[in-house]
Amino acid sequence: METVNRLFSRLLGRRRRFDDISVSIQEHIDERVDELMEDGMSRDKAEQAARREFGNRALIEERSREVWQWAALESVLSDVRFALRRLGKSPGLTATILLTLAMGIGANTAVFSVVNSVLLKPLPYPHSEGLAALWMNAPGAAGLSNFDSGLQLSPSMYLTFARHNHSFQSMGVWQMRNANVTGIAQPDEVNAACLSDGVLETLQVPTALGRWFTSADQDPRGAKTVMLNYGYWQRRFGGDRAVIGRSLQVDGKTRTIVGVMPEGFRVVDQEFDLLIPLAFDPTNEKLAGFGYTGIARLKPGVSLVQADADASRLISLWMDSWTNGPGSNPHYYEVWRITPNFRPLKQQVIGNIGNVLWVVMATVGLVMLIACVNVANLLMVRAETRHQELSIRAALGAGRARIVRELLIESVLLGVMGGAASLGVAYAGLRLLAAMGPADLPRLSEVSFDAGSLGFTFALAVFSGLLFGLIPAWKYARTKTSAIMIGANRTASTGRARQRSRSVLVVAQVAMALVLLVSSALMIRTFAALRRVEPGFADAAHVQTMSIFIPEQMAKDPRMVAVMQREIADKLAAIPGVASVGFAAAVPMDGNDPNWDLISVEGKEYPGGDGPLQLYNYVSPGYFQTLGTHMVAGRDFTWDDLEQVRPMVVVSESYARENWGAAQAAIGKRVRKYQGSPWQEVIGVVQDVHVHGVDEKAPAIIYWPAMFYDRFATPPTMDGLRFASFAIHSSRAGTEGLLAEMQQAVWSVNANLPLASIGTMQQLYRQSMARTSFTLVMLAIAGSMALALSIIGIYGVISYSVTQRTREIGIRLALGAKKSELVWMFVRTALVLVGVGTAVGLGAAAVLVRLMRTLLYGISPLDPITFLTVPIALAAAAALASYLPARRTAAIDPVEALRAE
Amino acid sequence: MAKNHEHRDLFPGALEIMILQSLRFKPMHGYALVKHIKQVSDNLLQVEEGSLYPALQRMLREGWLESESGISAKGRPTRIYRLTDEGVRHLDAEVLSFEKMFAGITRVLADARA
Repeated sequence: METVNRLFSRLLGRRRRFDDISVSIQEHIDERVDELMEDGMSRDKAEQAARREFGNRALIEERSREVWQWAALESVLSDVRFALRRLGKSPGLTATILLTLAMGIGANTAVFSVVNSVLLKPLPYPHSEGLAALWMNAPGAAGLSNFDSGLQLSPSMYLTFARHNHSFQSMGVWQMRNANVTGIAQPDEVNAACLSDGVLETLQVPTALGRWFTSADQDPRGAKTVMLNYGYWQRRFGGDRAVIGRSLQVDGKTRTIVGVMPEGFRVVDQEFDLLIPLAFDPTNEKLAGFGYTGIARLKPGVSLVQADADASRLISLWMDSWTNGPGSNPHYYEVWRITPNFRPLKQQVIGNIGNVLWVVMATVGLVMLIACVNVANLLMVRAETRHQELSIRAALGAGRARIVRELLIESVLLGVMGGAASLGVAYAGLRLLAAMGPADLPRLSEVSFDAGSLGFTFALAVFSGLLFGLIPAWKYARTKTSAIMIGANRTASTGRARQRSRSVLVVAQVAMALVLLVSSALMIRTFAALRRVEPGFADAAHVQTMSIFIPEQMAKDPRMVAVMQREIADKLAAIPGVASVGFAAAVPMDGNDPNWDLISVEGKEYPGGDGPLQLYNYVSPGYFQTLGTHMVAGRDFTWDDLEQVRPMVVVSESYARENWGAAQAAIGKRVRKYQGSPWQEVIGVVQDVHVHGVDEKAPAIIYWPAMFYDRFATPPTMDGLRFASFAIHSSRAGTEGLLAEMQQAVWSVNANLPLASIGTMQQLYRQSMARTSFTLVMLAIAGSMALALSIIGIYGVISYSVTQRTREIGIRLALGAKKSELVWMFVRTALVLVGVGTAVGLGAAAVLVRLMRTLLYGISPLDPITFLTVPIALAAAAALASYLPARRTAAIDPVEALRAE
Repeated sequence: MAKNHEHRDLFPGALEIMILQSLRFKPMHGYALVKHIKQVSDNLLQVEEGSLYPALQRMLREGWLESESGISAKGRPTRIYRLTDEGVRHLDAEVLSFEKMFAGITRVLADARA
């Protein structure tokens, strides 16, 4: 500091000036003293009179010096220097405050960075506010009501909308799928985004190399083309710019590379390796096939409501223009009551993770407030110990505003220093968030410190500095100088007013902590409720999953596919330590789009002829056993059933109850898909499975055998699953050793088959709980921080008041008070504060937890157990926190206490 | 502080003019200046110390004055303020504009009386 001082002075050559002022003024006063003495006054009297006449010497000197200074800045700087010196004198207190602030601000910065990147920043497309996600509502389609988002578009719907709408600049549909790339080194399973015309035009991101798809590429009979994503281009082609025009074998088809998309480009929220044209054939499309995600760019000035109205009018045109095949009723979909439900693309991408983030942000904000209250409390204690100093300075002519400013400078300085220290905490926090963030938190990998985060940290640091500084400063400003002087003298006990504001702070702290504790307790209850949910599979940690896609080029005959799959299953089962193996179209919670069929039960009448939509899956024999999904009634498929293509089906327990009243009653009953399809006999009923995640209701499911007649093919043929997810029950699940043996087993059947989506059921299960566990962990951290801070707060207040009232305690003891009564007196004070804080907190919590409603599962936001146990726990902690310092009264010797004064 | 501002001088610049005028004939130190102005104005004008010292510093900064170490009549160290050429020019200009202003005010007052 001294160097800075000297630098300033030398730089501006002012030390001499300042000396001049002092000398001049000294002489001024001296001469006046001389004069007065000549008039016959005594020296003492004369000096006194001369000083009084002159006025506030320090102030006049300061004003004179200020002429040479950047007045405001420099006096602030000198206050800063003074504050730093003072903080350095009490390192313990300073360290406590800085640590508290670093944690508080750091947590806020980390969460803000996430909120900023995920919720506030626009999507990485030009003018992204004009982008819309095209979803439909279909309240009449029974099974589909299970979907949160609604109904996607079918190709025919897209073609109709694209041709006839007046609202969009451009629109398109896309779909993700797996593709096998062969012909380079190893067979490679990649993510491909299949795009219709208009998707790239809507997103408006230029290529890094080459060109976009044109309508010529969308011609089903035209040249086959493909585009690469930046990462894949780098990985597989080393960023070779000569890649344009080269060809690639995708699922056995030769495609010419026409373009490369730039780094960081995604199709909405999907990472991909290849872009492939969808190349719809309008002459072959049907009404159905609602599996395509639609996006569009609104024309300038057109609102989503207008676009909805525009598309509504096209629904009947769509039904008039297309069919589901000869003999089907094109207006069947009137039953579904399809209406457009277009929404901003951003809302689609963020989904309800926004809710989680805002709750977390509010939570850490609350922790910050509690931290500020604690720091304010500490500073207040300090301001009180400085009363004497401040009184003397006030008496010597320091203006009140000047002292308040100094107190504020000190606190803002603490805030800013805490803010600087918080950057480390925030960085670590971000790493932690990225590591444990739920999978549906979009763009988590992109979250980083940027100018916005730094600005936020700085603003929060200054703001919190002002906040916790204002409380002691305001209290100081209200106190009269004379009162301060008296306060510095010895009185029996602290003034009531001073104690009161500390008490108010404790009440506020307890209330805020209660809100946080209630929220985290609700999340704990939710988590427990989710854990209690029987997911429909067992021993998840020991069920290995992986998927295999067998393209037509590898096995043209569907029978061959089935043979290969059975062979793979057998080879896998032969691996040592493998208990059982099975496969299906999708394993629970793997996020694969479910498939829906219209299912009718024999003997039931349905309006329109067909039964409602039901979720279905294809399963192999042994699949249920491998997953630990137990049979409720009847039996599982056998390989014999599959090979003979016996018309059989297994249904879920809920489906059996819904249609036949009981699981047992379902056995031997028959169901079928469409009118005219053969009836299939129910041979088994299995336990319900939460395929969409533990927090979603377990849907009724129809399980078809993994080999079946494809009635859509002309002529109908035997078919198998080209894309199959395998489940392997083994104590070695998840180990590298098993994986290597699995690879060998698969390659012994066909060396060109890549293994994809490798994991365990445990991982899928955890993923489905990720959002809840993420919220839980965040709230639990915040809740424990809040609890710790408020207990420190209570401890501090009681401990301080014991110290302050030592003399009073001495008198009470001397007069015969019992020690236990004195201890109780302090504990009672604390409990009253906690009681008031709890009451306020419960009220606030009852209102605030409603915001968490969507995050809860199986309990009400006003869960009585939570609202009962949390206050009791808090009261117990508070009683302990006050008992410890209160017990010190017992150690007080009345003689010592009274003599101390 | 507020007190000092209210009573600083008659109008902005008056204190400066009086200081400059006093120093024109003889360099002085602060206390001497106060006494000088008091005497010359027959006690009509009293210079506030709260205004004098900041004003002196302002004028030093503007370059109208310079200060030098000196010895007071009583033999104690002090600082003597002396008018610079720049200060003389400024004083002349100020006096001129003051005189114009006085003349204007006088005429207006005379007119109002008539």
